[in-house]
Amino acid sequence: MAKSPPTAKDNNTRRFVFNAWLLMLARDRFALFAAIFLLVLVGVALVGSFALEDVATKQNLRGRNAPPFDFNKDWVFWLGGDALGRPLLARIFLASRNTLMIAASAVSFSLIIGCFLGLIAGYTSKFVSHLILRVADVIMSFPSLLLAVIILYMLPPSVINIIVVLAITRIPIYLRTARAEVLEIRERMFIQAATVMGASNKRIIFRHILPIIIPTMVTIATLDFAFVMLAESSLSFLGIGIQPPEITWGLMVAQGRPYLTTAWWLSFWPGLAIILTTLSLNLLSNWLRVVLDPQQRWRMEIGDQKNG
Amino acid sequence: MAEHLLEIKDLAVVFNTIAGQVQAVNGVNLHLDKGEVLAILGESGSGKSVTASAVLNLIDMPPGEITAGEIRFKGENLFDMPPARRRDINGKNIAMIFQDPLSYLNPVYRIGWQIEEALKVHGAKEKEARLETLRLLEKVGITEPISAVRKYPHQFSGGQRQRVMIAMALALRPDILIADEPTTALDVTVQAQILDLLVNLQKETGMALLIITHDLGVVAEVANRVIVMQNGKVIEAGSVRDIYFKPSHKYTKQLIKSAPGKGKFSLGTSSSNPLLSVSKISKNYGVFRALKDISFDLMEGETVAIVGESGSGKSTTAKILLRLENANSGSVFYQNQDILTLSDQDLLKKRRDIQMVFQDPSQSLNPRMTVLQLISEAWVIHPDVLPKNKWLRRVEDLLEQVGLEKEYARRFPHQLSGGQLQRIAIARALALEPKIIICDEAVSALDVSVQAQVISLLKKLKKDLGLSYIFIAHDLPVVRDFADRVIVMKEGQIVETGLTKDIFLKPQKKYTQELLLASLEPDPDVQLARRNTRKKLLEYKI
Amino acid sequence: MTNFLIKRAVTSALSLFILVVLVFFLIRLTGDPASLFLPLDASEEAKEKFRDLNGLNDPILHQFFQYFSDLIRLDFGISLRRAEPAIDSVLRGFKWTLQLAAITMSLVASLAIIIGSIAAFRVGGFFDRIVTFFSLIGASAPDFWIAIVAIVVFSVGLGWLPTSGTGTIFHWVLPISVLFIRPFGLILQVVRGSMLNVLSAGYIKTARAKGVKDTVIIFVHGLRNAMLPVVTVIGDQAAGILNGAVIVETIFGFPGVGKLMIDSILQRDFAVVLASIIITAVAIFVMNILIDIIYAILDPRIRY
Repeated sequence: MAKSPPTAKDNNTRRFVFNAWLLMLARDRFALFAAIFLLVLVGVALVGSFALEDVATKQNLRGRNAPPFDFNKDWVFWLGGDALGRPLLARIFLASRNTLMIAASAVSFSLIIGCFLGLIAGYTSKFVSHLILRVADVIMSFPSLLLAVIILYMLPPSVINIIVVLAITRIPIYLRTARAEVLEIRERMFIQAATVMGASNKRIIFRHILPIIIPTMVTIATLDFAFVMLAESSLSFLGIGIQPPEITWGLMVAQGRPYLTTAWWLSFWPGLAIILTTLSLNLLSNWLRVVLDPQQRWRMEIGDQKNG
Repeated sequence: MAEHLLEIKDLAVVFNTIAGQVQAVNGVNLHLDKGEVLAILGESGSGKSVTASAVLNLIDMPPGEITAGEIRFKGENLFDMPPARRRDINGKNIAMIFQDPLSYLNPVYRIGWQIEEALKVHGAKEKEARLETLRLLEKVGITEPISAVRKYPHQFSGGQRQRVMIAMALALRPDILIADEPTTALDVTVQAQILDLLVNLQKETGMALLIITHDLGVVAEVANRVIVMQNGKVIEAGSVRDIYFKPSHKYTKQLIKSAPGKGKFSLGTSSSNPLLSVSKISKNYGVFRALKDISFDLMEGETVAIVGESGSGKSTTAKILLRLENANSGSVFYQNQDILTLSDQDLLKKRRDIQMVFQDPSQSLNPRMTVLQLISEAWVIHPDVLPKNKWLRRVEDLLEQVGLEKEYARRFPHQLSGGQLQRIAIARALALEPKIIICDEAVSALDVSVQAQVISLLKKLKKDLGLSYIFIAHDLPVVRDFADRVIVMKEGQIVETGLTKDIFLKPQKKYTQELLLASLEPDPDVQLARRNTRKKLLEYKI
Repeated sequence: MTNFLIKRAVTSALSLFILVVLVFFLIRLTGDPASLFLPLDASEEAKEKFRDLNGLNDPILHQFFQYFSDLIRLDFGISLRRAEPAIDSVLRGFKWTLQLAAITMSLVASLAIIIGSIAAFRVGGFFDRIVTFFSLIGASAPDFWIAIVAIVVFSVGLGWLPTSGTGTIFHWVLPISVLFIRPFGLILQVVRGSMLNVLSAGYIKTARAKGVKDTVIIFVHGLRNAMLPVVTVIGDQAAGILNGAVIVETIFGFPGVGKLMIDSILQRDFAVVLASIIITAVAIFVMNILIDIIYAILDPRIRY
């Protein structure tokens, strides 16, 4: 008994918590659909995009702007073909890889850097805190379009550039939220209790404060994932984001724009993919916010009952 | 059978929560007649507040749901009425005041507007509402009502805010006033004033007063009749004297037994070795002087209580002793070293000897850590105390020492009750084998019966481990049972110091006397005597 | 209050200064205007002459100090492309953008507040669910996509509305509707969330105990308390439109400052880029101060 490591978690408790989460997810049908959709999408991006890479890039001039819903053709053509006769569905699958990868990388970078700076800004001297906040101010007032253009012209076009642009512009969101949370949490009594035991600042920040703010940060990151996706699409749409032959959904919409009046489906399907993904992320983020807020949790429980 | 003013029959309320349905109120019956003061006594979770909320349709539905019963006002069932009719009764016939007036007054509107609204909703004209508001404020003892109506809630003190709430509730001379823990958040002296005000207004208007409380002292002070609730049920009802002197239910008996303030006085400590020597500490926040030259000693094995009302500086003193705040001047000597000037490294060593137990254990324990992690954190910070392979064993020993099963080591704070949590907090403080434990309002957030258990645990630990305590409290009866010596503080200064017995039986300073007279006694006879003395003192003053 | 305003002005001026410095140097890294302005076959000599004429051959620090000393006299330089003071082009574009932002945000704010409050009061009900779902879709929609779909449907397909320009009131319908959707979705969510918190507050119970009507409870007792986070988000969204309604302006050929800025970046018209950044930054600064004043009006506990 004395042998078991003192840091051991209670497996039963953990499993119970996990089950409770699943249960709460099952109760909210929208969030459940959103979660399933996103899981499938990640699967498509990880597996499908590689499997369909050849099909999606093969030009077929006879199938130019092929209309959708022609179920006699191969299933990849069910959503129609693009201006070079490439199957749209396969291209959407292919583009999902870049679209999701860019958003995921940008969000992770800004989350980690912003969170770290926010923790420091919330728990150090006034001077450092002010310095960090001023930098955040400048970043926030810097038009992201301009940053994108500058980087586009300075560096050879690559996916990394756009990730850097998006990551930098989103850092202030995490930084500010993290700082605000730290300022509130550092006044809580269990922080004082740790200080009384002699805990170092490092220990207080990373062992006591960080675990408390993580749920909030994850909720924001989910929401921000959608925002970053839209931002990337907008930049690509304007021609200052992803450059062909790389492909994302936003770029697909832009490429379909000249054919708007003759072949609406070129722009329509990738746009719909963007909407569905961002909508799922928003639904999931909403659900997370309710689940993580004990005051609102009861809504999960009685979601379907009609009550006075 | 005669018709009662208010009658609750077989009321049942459930709350739908994530953990399943909670039966908050389960078949409650009670009645209230004109001109009487009825108290509902119960601890947290007994369903007393929910019962009262049901009368005014204040239960949030969902998650709440009234599953059975009826509430009759002057014979008419409230549940059968259309919403407009119920709104008409609210405020006009039945009014309510709440525990925490700061959050129950709208922060963004002037208090004059808020009182006038109560009048205007039920048909008063603009001008008469304004005049009536001034009259009401004067009646509840707000000085300068003309400037008061233009102020916002945050510009008043806690006691004044409760007076404003009372003015608002009484605006339309209701038949019934429901008061939900109206004085719990207030200082003792203010509590006494507010209760006096309520009783006087009740006598003057002849309304019925339904007072909800957890405090036997409040019952003894104001009520004619009392209903005891536990777990959503009424377990006993009767006159205040009957219930106090001849309780029939087991729970009531235990409740009365655990009420503090009846034990023997401590005889003081024999030791004359100061363990901790505080001298002339001062603390300023800007121009505000929070502490002015505080000096006292703590002897080995002694329990010193620091009592005072909010703003007295008692908590600031504790924070300075623990270096959670820096003093502007003064010194605290411990083992021939001034703690206030120690470097961070030296301080770390001394921290082991002085530990703290905080007021609200649900706040002072990190919610994301298991009990095992919470207690063993002390040894992560001070690795030389205990080798890692002995942690689990020691945690289990500590849990046993504070009266908990060793299985609790794997639980998270939210899986434990308030009393259990405070035991964990004590175990955590003991983990570093300290010499001194500072208890900052360590039992005030707990129910009376739990309070008694925690106090006896602290007493036992003191005997077994030779601890010394600095016990910070506003609750005098608890201090009476527990402390060897008492320091009375007011506005950042020490008013009086002495052995517990001397302070309680022969208080020298006027402030100490007032404090003692204002504190409430569960025994109705003792409380009656005290009330009369207080009245005499007041008349004498005037 | 004056102290607070001065403090705000100083910190904002500092941020603006850093921004101008950064933009000034970074934008010069994007390329040489000469190769864009002169014909492709222009001689190296002609290019050199063009650079000399526009001071682009001076040492960069010299250019910077020159620009800055002009700026202090409120001289924003001459637009290369338009051969007029840069500030004139910018102010002309800004006027359009400001109108667009003002009309859109007043519509967004008033509708989102009313609908969001009602949804929160009947949380979990039919209305609430419909509203929540549609506001989420709105908050998720990519505006460029909505814009082109709207053009296909309303301009090309149905022929009800013009596709671009600013001539008549009908020209405003599509840009405003497209700009409306995302902020409306976002703000409605915030109103609903904030209102939910407020409706569980003690003072709402007090109002109910007084016998106050539901509509008064929502819009008088609740709303004012729920407004603080809402005002913040309205500010952010308005700033977003001021800063870059680029997509909508580009697609609908709307001559606003966002379109002007992106065109100028692509054309290396440095003076116009800098002028438009400064003007929008100042506008956003003024708006933020207004928001702080609104805070103080809404909540008497906030005093600067």
